[in-house]
Amino acid sequence: MSFEPKNPAVKWLEDRLPITGMLHHALYEYPTPKNLSYWWTFGSLAGVMLVVQIVTGIVLAMHYTPHVDMAFTSVEHIMRDVNYGWLLRYMHANGASMFFIVVYLHIFRGLYYGSYKAPRELLWWLGLVIFLLMMATAFMGYVLPWGQMSFWGATVITNLFGAIPVVGDSIVTWLWGGFAVDNPTLNRFFSLHYLLPFVIVGIVILHIWALHTNGSNNPTGVELKDKQDSIPFHPYYTVKDLYGLAIFLIFFSAFLFYAPNYMGHPDNYIPANPLVTPAHIVPEWYFLPFYAILRAVPDKLGGVLLMFGAIAVLFALPWLDKSRIRSARFRPIYKQLFWVFVADCVLLTYIGGKPAEGAFIIWGRIATIYYFVHILILLPLVGLFEKPKPLPASISEDVLSKKPASEEAANA
Amino acid sequence: MTTTTPEEENGVKRRDFLYIAAGGLGAVGTAAAIWPFISQMNPSADVLALSTTEVDLEGIEIGSEVTAVWQGKPVFVRHRTEEDIERAEDVDLADLPDPEPDSDRVIKPEWLIMVGICTHLGCVPLKGQGDYGGWFCPCHGSHYDTSGRIRKGPAPLNLVIPPYEFLNDNNIKIG
Ligand code: HEM
Ligand code: FES
Repeated sequence: MSFEPKNPAVKWLEDRLPITGMLHHALYEYPTPKNLSYWWTFGSLAGVMLVVQIVTGIVLAMHYTPHVDMAFTSVEHIMRDVNYGWLLRYMHANGASMFFIVVYLHIFRGLYYGSYKAPRELLWWLGLVIFLLMMATAFMGYVLPWGQMSFWGATVITNLFGAIPVVGDSIVTWLWGGFAVDNPTLNRFFSLHYLLPFVIVGIVILHIWALHTNGSNNPTGVELKDKQDSIPFHPYYTVKDLYGLAIFLIFFSAFLFYAPNYMGHPDNYIPANPLVTPAHIVPEWYFLPFYAILRAVPDKLGGVLLMFGAIAVLFALPWLDKSRIRSARFRPIYKQLFWVFVADCVLLTYIGGKPAEGAFIIWGRIATIYYFVHILILLPLVGLFEKPKPLPASISEDVLSKKPASEEAANA
Repeated sequence: MTTTTPEEENGVKRRDFLYIAAGGLGAVGTAAAIWPFISQMNPSADVLALSTTEVDLEGIEIGSEVTAVWQGKPVFVRHRTEEDIERAEDVDLADLPDPEPDSDRVIKPEWLIMVGICTHLGCVPLKGQGDYGGWFCPCHGSHYDTSGRIRKGPAPLNLVIPPYEFLNDNNIKIG
């Protein structure tokens, strides 16, 4: 490692705990492929969103009361009475959606450029673990304001575990701490909602550690060959990521200040009522594709299994995808299938938000089947039969072979 | 091969026994230590204590329904009409996903008492809607008949009949 601290205090620390050197290595000299596009910005944006959620969450917890009689009013107290409470709560509520937006883009980036293939399987799995923990955290957070959607979302989702044969009912009672979603449930959800983000921080550290062990993938999918292919993380990618952050914050602010309830549901401003279910209950948008899969199956246990299966199959991707070429840029057929798959996920999201009736049921089933067909059948087959385009010898060759657009137009 | 530990007859070393004994005891001890942390999440004594509810039936008109609360759950108390009862009894059990004659679901046919929680994923079904004149669950579209039996939709089972008894003609105790 080339880190030689000049400052005596830093040197003193470094000799005892080489933490400055570690950070220097990770954020400064980390040799990064020189051709990363903006699709590589979403990882750092996800990190920023995690910090935003933790900071806003900790201050919200200073004013929030996790009790069925007071939770709803304490959130209204935050909105109306606490200084800047409206801002902090809207940051946290919209922040959760932003967090999912960047993480979904980050995952699709990985699918397009084959970032889950060897030697990055563990990196991919750690990412999926983060995704699962985020879903658990967001689900429990949404219960905290104790509105109608909070209550009925909690009821429907915890009841999913009731589909487990034999022990299902005991598990549900255990999760609730009673015979229905009630105060004990709210209390434990608050405790876990506070805890899980810090577990996520731990997994994120492992995720980055695994990333830095083999280095970043890049748009060509060709590994770093020599020094020519990489540039130091700082200042090149610190600046690029900061620029990406600035653009992203404009997007975030547009929702935060002009449409803070756009991604929420009006029924959650009605206090929870255990005796009346709202006519149309839907989860938050980021759960809709999975909700659509759950409802596509006319059988309780089958629906639950398929929904969890939708994420489980992602863990198997490194083996299901038989192609050794990473980037879709060099995989003409996979590239098209990728976009069909994206469209399928968008369709599932749309269907998940619609009532389960008529044509929505049929389309939900078609989209669900296609989701699994893509991952379990098409991916392995395409890998075997597709004829890839020739790969560049190195990242440098690929970058230098690209002519400026004007020149290309002149040649055409 | 050289070995420093003494060999017993059939190749089992004394060390092996010690490892397994110590490991086994350690596992039991760990499980015993974890148990309180799991068990604390189950219903506490005060939650378990709230386990009966009494309902006064006087004033519930024929054809109407009240919702009582038992263990934090809605319980439908429905005063059925003659027509409701006829429809419930006049069903071929072979047509039912969860076959159960109406007579097994009531003590007195005019009073139908059931936990008002959809057996699919726990929403509260709406009265007087759906294709069978009973209840309809808006969450994922389950239809129940005038006996609260599942007829159509994703719910697997009939609405649950809680344990209850008639204290006298006008009062029941649920639980
Ligand atoms: C992974 C990071 C996190 C995510 C995705 C997340 C998500 C959410 C969501 C979706 C809500 C419901 C928002 C609403 O509609 O009102 C919520 C509420 C809440 N969260 Fe978080 N959260 C995170 C971290 C934290 C942390 C670290 C704390 C610290 C205690 C916290 C404390 C709270 C509190 C007190 C509420 C209730 C107030 C309210 O509803 O605005 N959150 N969270
Ligand atoms: S909860 Fe009633 S149909 Fe799903």
